[in-house]
Amino acid sequence: MSNLQEASLSGQVQVRRQISFNRPNQDTLVVRLSGGWAIGQGLPPVSEVQKQLVSHPRARRLVFDATELSGWDSGLLAFLLRVIEQCSNAQIEVEQGGLPEGVKRLLQLATAVPEKKDTRRDQRRETLVPRVGSVVIEVWHHAADMVRFVGEASMAFVKLLGAKARFRRRDLALIIQECGVQALPIVSLISFLVGLILAFVGAIQLERFGAQIYVADLVGIAMAREMGAMMTAIIMAGRTGAAFAAQLGTMTVNEEIDALRTLGFPPMEFLVLPRLIALALMMPLLCLFADLVGMIGGALVGVGMLDLSLTQYLNETQGAVGFADFSVGLTKSVVFGVIVAFSGCFRGMQCGRSSAAVGTAATSAVVTAIVLIIVTDAIFAVVTNVIGV
Amino acid sequence: MPKVMPQSDVHIRVQNLTLAYGDLVIQHDLNFAVGRGEIFIVMGGSGCGKSTLMRHLIGLQEPVQGDVLYDGSSFWGAAPQEREHLMRRFGVLYQRGALWSSMTLAENVALPLEEYTPLEPDEVLEIASLKLALVGLAGFEDFYPSELSGGMQKRAGLARAMALDPEILFFDEPSAGLDPISARLLDDLILELRTSLGATVVVVTHELASIFAIGDNAVFLDTEAKTITATGNPRSLLVESKDPKIHRFLTRGGPTESLANGSAVAGFESDIRQEQP
Repeated sequence: MSNLQEASLSGQVQVRRQISFNRPNQDTLVVRLSGGWAIGQGLPPVSEVQKQLVSHPRARRLVFDATELSGWDSGLLAFLLRVIEQCSNAQIEVEQGGLPEGVKRLLQLATAVPEKKDTRRDQRRETLVPRVGSVVIEVWHHAADMVRFVGEASMAFVKLLGAKARFRRRDLALIIQECGVQALPIVSLISFLVGLILAFVGAIQLERFGAQIYVADLVGIAMAREMGAMMTAIIMAGRTGAAFAAQLGTMTVNEEIDALRTLGFPPMEFLVLPRLIALALMMPLLCLFADLVGMIGGALVGVGMLDLSLTQYLNETQGAVGFADFSVGLTKSVVFGVIVAFSGCFRGMQCGRSSAAVGTAATSAVVTAIVLIIVTDAIFAVVTNVIGV
Repeated sequence: MPKVMPQSDVHIRVQNLTLAYGDLVIQHDLNFAVGRGEIFIVMGGSGCGKSTLMRHLIGLQEPVQGDVLYDGSSFWGAAPQEREHLMRRFGVLYQRGALWSSMTLAENVALPLEEYTPLEPDEVLEIASLKLALVGLAGFEDFYPSELSGGMQKRAGLARAMALDPEILFFDEPSAGLDPISARLLDDLILELRTSLGATVVVVTHELASIFAIGDNAVFLDTEAKTITATGNPRSLLVESKDPKIHRFLTRGGPTESLANGSAVAGFESDIRQEQP
């Protein structure tokens, strides 16, 4: 009764797939497929068929009966392929005569070209030790690549000093514009806010001692020595470093770098050098600008919140911040500029030949740059402390 | 089978070249010679290493074994500077054009001229315009590559490849991604350039129409054997080759398709016969 109902509804409602078995004689197993076999229902396990095959007495022939099959798609094909594979492993003859014509043809198509065994990627789960090993090897290769890149870039720089490096002055001008003037708005905004925040944090503490005036010292020294260079570097890593990696990465994908090479333009001179020079030149300027804007942010808090006069604030800043503070910050910013350009170009040139690789290159350029910036900053902190600057 | 060429006529000679990525050997023991002024086709199925072979010929990838000789002098055995000097005699058209996307067409063509010729800036521009005009892109000097169609990009790439009047032009799948008519126009252009500039042309392709239309000589790279399985003029290969694989490749795998190609070849042969008194 219920079967009848389902059948009558099959026009609108997909009848659930069913599989049943039948043993007309000792040697033969009939697999009856009925209902709608759609991929939306998931793939049925082959274990049932397997069980039937090995049950006593062992079948020698497998026959399909698909007379009640109402619909099928690649779900059925995948299931059948698995069954056929099992049968051929167990040396059981499979007769496909009972299957719909389309299924037979597609099965034939799928088995026409024997599977290539050596092309499948190894998907076995590796144990911890080989995985750690391969990661270490990869890191080692990366480090070697990086050293090679630094070496090549240095060679290109030496060529530049001998005025033999080949790049277009116009490219350099464009890159300088892109990573100089065009970065001013974002650098101003961030450093203004950083100055403001520093002043706030300092004001709350210092006000308790009636030492509000020292907010000027705090903001001035912090911006000049640390925050100006650091914040600019991080902004530029996200802004320009990523852009360099994406540009060079896309050029790799488009064979543009190959085209440069075959025409005798070493990409190291033609693409990397102008970017390194541009950032090394622009970064200290941006940093100086960030220092000043940050101090303005601090002054706003000092004048607006702590009732200091502007003259007082300026005088205090002038007295507190010396040439040494600025020169430490500016020296760092040159180094940071080189780091940002280096990471961007290095990741860009390393880029694989797909669009996903360009994204990865941009991401790892930013990560590499920020890590190197923080590490270098720590080294600077120790060194300046030791030499007493 | 390979014609015996007098030494002076051989422009490029490939000796025992083995191409590999790491441990994965793509092709091994490649030997062939390209005559001066010839249009030489490197053909074979997709993924057989045609483009990789070209990368080895133009100096982008170092072979694990073997050498390439240009005019009898070793390319891979040469010092890097010498090799760079040899590379300047090549013009390369890449599969996707590979125009420098941040430069206009004129700048793309002008860059090698600025670098390697003593020309004044306005002379450079004049030459660049001329090269663009030769490929039918006069007036497109100030366009950026992204503003052009695929076929136009290819032609602009060709203009750049010709910038330094190279002795050897390399084409990587020139008709890939082009409609039949653009592909045909590009073929005609290649023939025209060979005749007028006298350049040697190496074309990597699997486009049958191009192979028959422009090829003087060819090698067939086999994917399974991983080496050259046939050498010779593609039209005579079609008629003479006993190798079923090559025959299938040159007839698109079946007798139905070969009707069109076959008749074209038959027509070609009868042309030759008619020319004889």
